[in-house]
Formats: sequence, structure tokens, C-alpha cells
Amino acid sequence: MDFLYLIVVDPFVQMADMPDFLLQVLWEGFVAGVLYALIALGFVLIFKASGVFNFAQGIMVVFAGLTLVGLHEKGVPAYLALILTIGVMGILALAVERFVMRPLVNQPDIILLMSTIGLTYFLVGFGEFVFGGEPKQMITEELGLPTGSTAFEIGDGGLLILQHIDIAAAVIALIMVGALAVFFNKTRIGRALRAVADDHQAALSVGISLNQIWAIVWFAAGIVALTTGIMWGARSDVSFALEIIAFKALPVLILGGFTSIPGAIVGGLIIGVGEKIGEIYWGPLVGGGIESWLAYMIALIFLLFRPQGLFGERIIERV
Amino acid sequence: MLYRESGQYKTSYIADQAIFPIREDRVGMVLIGLVALVIPFVASDFFLNAIMTPFLILALAAIGLNILTGYAGQLSLGTGAFMGVGAYSCYKLTTIFPETNIVILVLLSGLFSAGIGVIFGLPSLRIKGLYLAVTTLAAQFFLEWCFIRIPWLYNYNASGAIEVPERRGFGDIVLTGPAAGAMTQYFIVLGIVVVVTLAVKNIVRGRIGRQWMMIRDMDIAAELMGVRPLTAKLSAFAVSSYLCGVAGAMFIFFYLGAAEPSAFSITLSFQILFMVILGGLGSLVGSFFGAAFIWGLPIVLRAGLPAIGIGIGAETVFHIATMIVGALIIFFLIVEPHGLARLWSLGKEKMRVWPFPYA
Repeated sequence: MDFLYLIVVDPFVQMADMPDFLLQVLWEGFVAGVLYALIALGFVLIFKASGVFNFAQGIMVVFAGLTLVGLHEKGVPAYLALILTIGVMGILALAVERFVMRPLVNQPDIILLMSTIGLTYFLVGFGEFVFGGEPKQMITEELGLPTGSTAFEIGDGGLLILQHIDIAAAVIALIMVGALAVFFNKTRIGRALRAVADDHQAALSVGISLNQIWAIVWFAAGIVALTTGIMWGARSDVSFALEIIAFKALPVLILGGFTSIPGAIVGGLIIGVGEKIGEIYWGPLVGGGIESWLAYMIALIFLLFRPQGLFGERIIERV
Repeated sequence: MLYRESGQYKTSYIADQAIFPIREDRVGMVLIGLVALVIPFVASDFFLNAIMTPFLILALAAIGLNILTGYAGQLSLGTGAFMGVGAYSCYKLTTIFPETNIVILVLLSGLFSAGIGVIFGLPSLRIKGLYLAVTTLAAQFFLEWCFIRIPWLYNYNASGAIEVPERRGFGDIVLTGPAAGAMTQYFIVLGIVVVVTLAVKNIVRGRIGRQWMMIRDMDIAAELMGVRPLTAKLSAFAVSSYLCGVAGAMFIFFYLGAAEPSAFSITLSFQILFMVILGGLGSLVGSFFGAAFIWGLPIVLRAGLPAIGIGIGAETVFHIATMIVGALIIFFLIVEPHGLARLWSLGKEKMRVWPFPYA
């Protein structure tokens, strides 16, 4: 009975006891969720347009962050470095389209998946070769991003501390999603992208160039990766350890559905918040550190009941 | 001329259904066997320890994953963790039964891995493809967490790592631990890998293996023809995890000597997945090719790049090697998506018709 009490009742008692701490945990989870959502967004962009599950999104985040910091270290002014990094991501997109995606068109999914893992290896080696393997400090201040924190008093003596960079991350993520929505719905290229996502052959037959669209999509994913890299790098360091967070995007995508941008956001937030709450309130029962697998378990349970995700199209085959 | 089946008449069913029905194949196998037996006497200890032994072990792990992904069509990213289960259970077994021969314990520890594999294989009855990859990722991270957080698994060691104890067998020869000879370990690994591979070869060409392939090619049709997806899929998970577990136990006991939980991280899972894909899905010989390629290439690059005057620091060479491996993987996927095994069979086809390419 004791054990049941610890699992079922005690965590909620703790939550009710310290509402300010609960709010803090929720906020931390929310911020982590925003970053998961940003990574998932990169996945969704590419998956929608080409059906490729891009494992390299995580390493693209690291690579973009490293390029930015590395260029700055070489003496390039921060904003110029930012522009140059965007250029590098553009070149990367063109190269990936030309040398990886185009020769592999029409191959089975698993081959395309493997090719992106190959790309991951290449980028890891390349990034370490050019910029070295040590973790780097993100150039937060030079880019004009806010630092520091604000503390709010809640109730009787409770304290909620918000890092300014986290608020900025949430706002920028919001702007980014809005911009992408406008891009997809209002612009010529955006409509072409949606056409490709809908049906490759039909899109080809009305004169949309698949190759061009893929390059654009990889470029867009590169920009998303750069944003994620800056935000995540500002919270911790820019290092190859960031790569592991890319796997967290998988459960996020399962929750949200592989093809849905709002799904990626909502899924990211659910995973982020769920993970933090689980870690803080239930983690100590089993020795802590459950953050590393809780997200997958949530996704697993979710899969059994709603395999297509919250917003996804019903594409999964039942066995 | 050198390789063809013409003129070799089979007069009994046994001859017709032999594993190697063609005489040239049998000669080739004997030659390979001889080479494998001679290598330890001519090669250095470094070559045995750092190249041959891990190559054989990883080839076995690749065969394990190949059963699941190549034969039964279920994508798995948890190979590393299943290998870890084998390693940790072997460690616990040898702690509890220190007198039992370590080879027997290695073979037994695969059973634990098989059990865990079946549990994590259960979702495959409802989901497949990339979605299944998530459940195996869950296995990977959950098991890795267990290796760190359950101190019983590593005998409450302060370091949190497992240290292979010295074990003797076969008439007081040192089999494991720092004092064990490279040649001894190589022969044990070779023996286990050969026996297990033969067994697996017979499974995949028999009734169970054909069921796996039916499930892979079209599950609904397979079901209509009387294959039960439950038994077929779970048996694939069991056999695959068993092989991975045995490979994992050997990886620790006969190669690494000591291991932290990070030895069985997702990186290892990916490495083995690469071996399977590059070697060829659904091909046992391909698993050996893939393992040789993925394991050997970085070593060759690390040794070869400085030799031709490119290398500077060891660090840089390592980075360049990673880069080249990545690029080569993409290159191979483009030129031969069916893997090295396909190149092998194409080569045999060419030999059959030589010297008349259009015959």
C-alpha cells in the first residue's frame, strides 16, 4: 500500500504543497518542449515534402550552431556570421539535394533513412574536423539576445524564475511557426511545396520541379536547425551531445503525427512538460534519470491507442 | 569456368538440399576455414585483438539484426541495448556460477536477451516501420538506464562499470580477463560464431525462416496462408535478440574486458544497422561483409591516411575517418542499395558465364 501511495497520491500532494515549484517545473518543461518542437518541425518539413525521415536534423542543429560560433571565433562579426551561416546551410541543402536525394529517388524508405544517418556521420566528422570537438559557448549577447532572468512572486513567498532567453526562445519559435504557416499558405513556393507533399506525380505534371522543392525544403529545415541551435546553445553549450536530443523528436512526431506542423508543436510541448513532471515527481521513486526514456514510453502507450498521432493523416497500416 | 554448377548431378535429396550444393562453394568454405585457422599463427596479437575478434563478434550481432530487419522486416534501433543485456546477464551468471565454463555461460546469457527482446517485440504485432523504430528506441534508452541505475547488475561496483573476472576452462587455460591470450580468445569467438552461424543458416532456410520472409514480403498474404504473425514475429525477435545477446557477452568477455554502460549506446546500434544495410538485407554472408567493412574501414583509414602523408594529429585522422565513412555509406547506398552481398552474387553470376558474357 505504501508503494501505491507513493505512486498515486504523494506526487500530487507535493504538487499542491508547492504550487510555485510546480509552475517552475511546468515552465521548464514548456521551454524544453519548445525546443523539441523546433527539432520536430525540421523533421516534419522534410518528411512532408519528400517522405524522407531525416535523422540528420539533430546534427544539422549542432552543425549550424558550431558554424555560427566557429565563424565568430575566427573574428567575423556576429551578424555577418549569422548571415554566412545561413549561406552555409543553403549550400548544405543544395549539396544534399544534388548528391544524396536526387540519386536515391524512388528507393525504399529504409534506404533513405540510412542515407540520412550516413549524412549524420559525415556532418559529425566534418564539423569536428573544421571546428574541433570541444563544446563551445554560444554567442548569445553578441547576437542581441536577452540574458539574465526575472523572478515573479507567487502567492505567499513562492518564486517563479524565468530566464529571458527562454522567453525569447518561445517567442521566436512562435514567430517561426507563424512565418512558416504564411509561407506555406500564401506564397507561390509554399503552395508548390504543399502540392509536392500531396502527390509527387501530380505536382510534376503541373510543372513543379521536385529537385528545386527539395532543395528549398532542406534549406528551410536548415534555418529551423540554426534557430534551434542558437536557442539550445544559449541554454547549454554547443556540443555534439546535442545530437541525442534529436531522438526525442521521434516520440514528439508520433504524438503529433509525421505530417503536421501544429502536431509537432503540440507534441513537443506534451513531451517536454510530461517528461519534466515525470522526472521531478515520479523519478525519485525509481532512482531518477527517467527523463532519458520516459518520452519514448509516453509515445509507445500513445501508439497503441492512436497510431496516426494527434493531427496526422491516417496513413499507418494496421497489421 | 572456375565456378559453375554444370556437370554436378545430385542423386539424392540430401545432396540436393545441402547448404552448399555447389562443389566450388564447398572448396571455398574449406579455404576460408583454413585461412581462419592459420591467421592466429601468422598475425600479430594486435591484429587478432583489435581487428579479427571484434569483427567476428560484430558480424554475429549483425546477423542477429539481419534476422529481424532483413528476414522478418522489422526495423530495430535497439541492438546495442540487447547486446548489453547479454553482456550484463553473462556477468551476473559468472558471478553466481564462477566454476561453470564461461563459453556455456555466454551461450546461456543470450536466453535472457531473447526474453527481453520478446517483451519489446510485442508492440510489433500492432505497429510497423518507423513507428516500430520508436518502440525499439524505447528499449534502447530504457535498458541503458537500467544498466546505470540498477547497481545489482554490476555487483555494486563503485565505478559503475563491469570488470571481467579471470575465468579458466578447457584444462586450466585462461579464457577471460587481462591475462587471457589473444589467440585463445580468437579461437573461442571463432568457434562460437561458426557454430551459431551454421545453426542460423539452417533456421533461415527452414520452415521458421521462410515464415519470417513471408511476413516481411506481405504480412496479409502470409496470414492467409496460415502463418501466425504472433509466432513468426516474436520468434524473429527472440532469435535476433539471442544472437545479439551472445555477441554482446562475447564483446565484453573476449574483446573489451571491461565495459561502462555507454559501450552499449545507440551508437553501437547504428553501427550494426549500418553493417546490415551495407552488407545486404536478408543475407548472412552480407553481414560478414558489412561487419568487415564498417569495422575495418576506420582502422584502415586511421592507419592509411598518415601513411600517404595526409594525417596530422590522431584526432584529425579520426574526424576525417568519420567523414569518409559517412560519405562512403551514402555512396554505397546510391550505387548498390542491395548491399555488398548483391555485389558478391553478381560476381558469382559473372564467373558462371565466363568467358562468354552473353551465354
